[in-house]
Amino acid sequence: MYRYDAFDQRIVDERVAQFSDQTNRYLAGELNEDEYRPLRLQNGLYIQKQAPMLRVAVPYGLMSADQLRRIARLARDYDKGYVHFSTRQNIQFNWPALENVPKILAELAEVEMHAIQTSGNCIRNFTSDPYAGVAGDEAIDPRPWAEILRQWATFHPEFAYLPRKFKMAVNGAAEDRAVILCHDIGLDLVRNEAGETGFRVLVGGGLGRTPIIGKEISAFVPWQDIITYCEAILRVYNRFGRRDNMYKARIKILVQSLGIEAFREQVEAEWAHSRGGPSTLTEAEVARVSGHFVDPSYAALPAEDAGHRQALADNKAFAAWAKRNVRAHKQPGYASVVLSLKKTGVAPGDISSDQLDLVADWADRFSFGEVRSTHEQNLVLADVRQSDLFAVWQAARDAGLATPNIGLLTDMICCPGGDFCNLANAKSIPVAEAIQQRFDDLDYLHDIGDIEINISGCMNACGHHHVGHIGILGVDKNGQEWYQVTIGGAQGNTASLGKVIGPSFARAEMPDVIARIIEIYIEERHADERFIDTARRIGIEPFKTRVYADREVKKKVVNG
Amino acid sequence: MAKLIKNGKVVDDNWQVLPADATEVPAGPVIVPLALWKSAAAELADRGELGVWLAPDEDPAEIAPALSGLDVVAVAFPKFADGRGYSTAALLRTRYGYQGELRAIGDVLRDQFFYLTRCGFDALQPQEARYTSEQLEAALASLGDFSEPYQGAVDRAEPVWRRHARGGVPA
Repeated sequence: MYRYDAFDQRIVDERVAQFSDQTNRYLAGELNEDEYRPLRLQNGLYIQKQAPMLRVAVPYGLMSADQLRRIARLARDYDKGYVHFSTRQNIQFNWPALENVPKILAELAEVEMHAIQTSGNCIRNFTSDPYAGVAGDEAIDPRPWAEILRQWATFHPEFAYLPRKFKMAVNGAAEDRAVILCHDIGLDLVRNEAGETGFRVLVGGGLGRTPIIGKEISAFVPWQDIITYCEAILRVYNRFGRRDNMYKARIKILVQSLGIEAFREQVEAEWAHSRGGPSTLTEAEVARVSGHFVDPSYAALPAEDAGHRQALADNKAFAAWAKRNVRAHKQPGYASVVLSLKKTGVAPGDISSDQLDLVADWADRFSFGEVRSTHEQNLVLADVRQSDLFAVWQAARDAGLATPNIGLLTDMICCPGGDFCNLANAKSIPVAEAIQQRFDDLDYLHDIGDIEINISGCMNACGHHHVGHIGILGVDKNGQEWYQVTIGGAQGNTASLGKVIGPSFARAEMPDVIARIIEIYIEERHADERFIDTARRIGIEPFKTRVYADREVKKKVVNG
Repeated sequence: MAKLIKNGKVVDDNWQVLPADATEVPAGPVIVPLALWKSAAAELADRGELGVWLAPDEDPAEIAPALSGLDVVAVAFPKFADGRGYSTAALLRTRYGYQGELRAIGDVLRDQFFYLTRCGFDALQPQEARYTSEQLEAALASLGDFSEPYQGAVDRAEPVWRRHARGGVPA
């Protein structure tokens, strides 16, 4: 993974000094609330219901074992002994005291971490494929490009006060695992006919209040030009994006109102001036950064480990875990392990300090000292020998991190919701838990198979409900919490937005609603058809009819 | 007398910034709004000590042909969180080659000084009541928040990897 040189370290150290001074001036009354707010947000610091929330950047989801240990320690020293992984691969502390935040940032800087631009109306932390460098379907490793762009975006002076937040993601594999269609700029690494590396650039995607799938603005931007091209997009957005209404301020609204053709023309006109300028990337810089992402020293192993095969045959629970939580690896004899942060009874994405320390130890013992966080709010040990999988499983099981549910119904994406977040209209964690409890039969879960349920506590869509196969959105009706359900959303290469099935439900109804939706799927599916494929084939009507069956009856009785 | 941060120092300032709806141009050094500058072009042509200020939504291309005759161009920040002025400044310096004083006016705060100067502002004018003279002197420290920024901008056109050799590639 990328390791800081003196320049990187100086920048995070200077940031700690800057933010400490700003916080001191705020606490001394020299900076007012309005002046301080964007400064703290651009350091990931929200003022929440019970306490501040601090979001720490995990650039494209990559962490070292030592960084995890530091996070564990900080959670013990300054928080309640646990942290939360967000859908953008970042780490959230839920209870730090404001006056401790500069100290926390200083201790993060010691292990090459920071909270820079994890919130605010600026270019946010970059996200990418959690299986970068190890996936068999990868054409080009996205990590060096994400790092190069991360550095470019860090404290970019022209784009620190954009109309609204700006999220970017990079993907380099055949399957899009970085949700690039739902980002302000989505970058897809591709090769042209001459075999040269470049980017297919998507713009104007996003969820939130107005969910829109990104549009292609360029089929191929040569790698040398990606910084100047992104700057051209951002300059057009910074100048002409709406600032009169925060709900219409994202770049997707500008792209939609101009149309992609007119927007492209403006970007191209801007780019004509900067293309080839000093920000044009050099082979030396790309080589320097790429040098941090070479393969670890893999052992030469047979493609299939005999002991592992035997363990699968001997142990049903291990086999069930391996089926869902172990992924194929490009390197013979290796596999990637997903540690589930979706155990029933634990808020999705939450992990304790003790567990973090254990994961760090496993990373050192089994996976070259690295850990990744995923968009689905789980952790990955990317480079585990097949012969070590049984030991990893035993350790993870004992630590409560081996729930065999990756990609299954209980592996829900869920925002912190009304339990923590000021913006939320409704709680999301208890909904997730009630659904997990309802679906506690593992055989049934495996029978249902691949399905994504995404839960957001409000329109801001941090839980990405629009692109869940089943999406659940918390809404406020006369001061009460209600939940709207969508079906047919999806992320990835064939991303689509779910359709609302009808009036919203009370929280207590939600497990039944999901159970009925699943019943319809089981009845209607063709052999081996995934939920999303059935939903796309039959549409929302059959689901709607079943879910609202009681209501129709009740209404008739009332009317009749 | 009003204060101004010019090239990293606090100096006295005797320029008068006319409001957006001004119709008359008084004597002395003045910075006029774009609308007035356009409507009174002939009258202002031979006047010395003239500047123009741009609102966030005003296009610097409008004054591009006249830049060599202006002593000051100011960019207004009615609210510091409205970042359009950063692009306006960058365009004036790079696209239109403006070499004279480029001044940030309005809701100009020390915590944005670093970004403002990186985008080409050499003059920063917080509102008069915002800082005491001691605070304004202390605020100069913010100009040096980061010693080696990553990316190229107006002040340092080259990114750090062109300005310096960066080693540290692990073996």
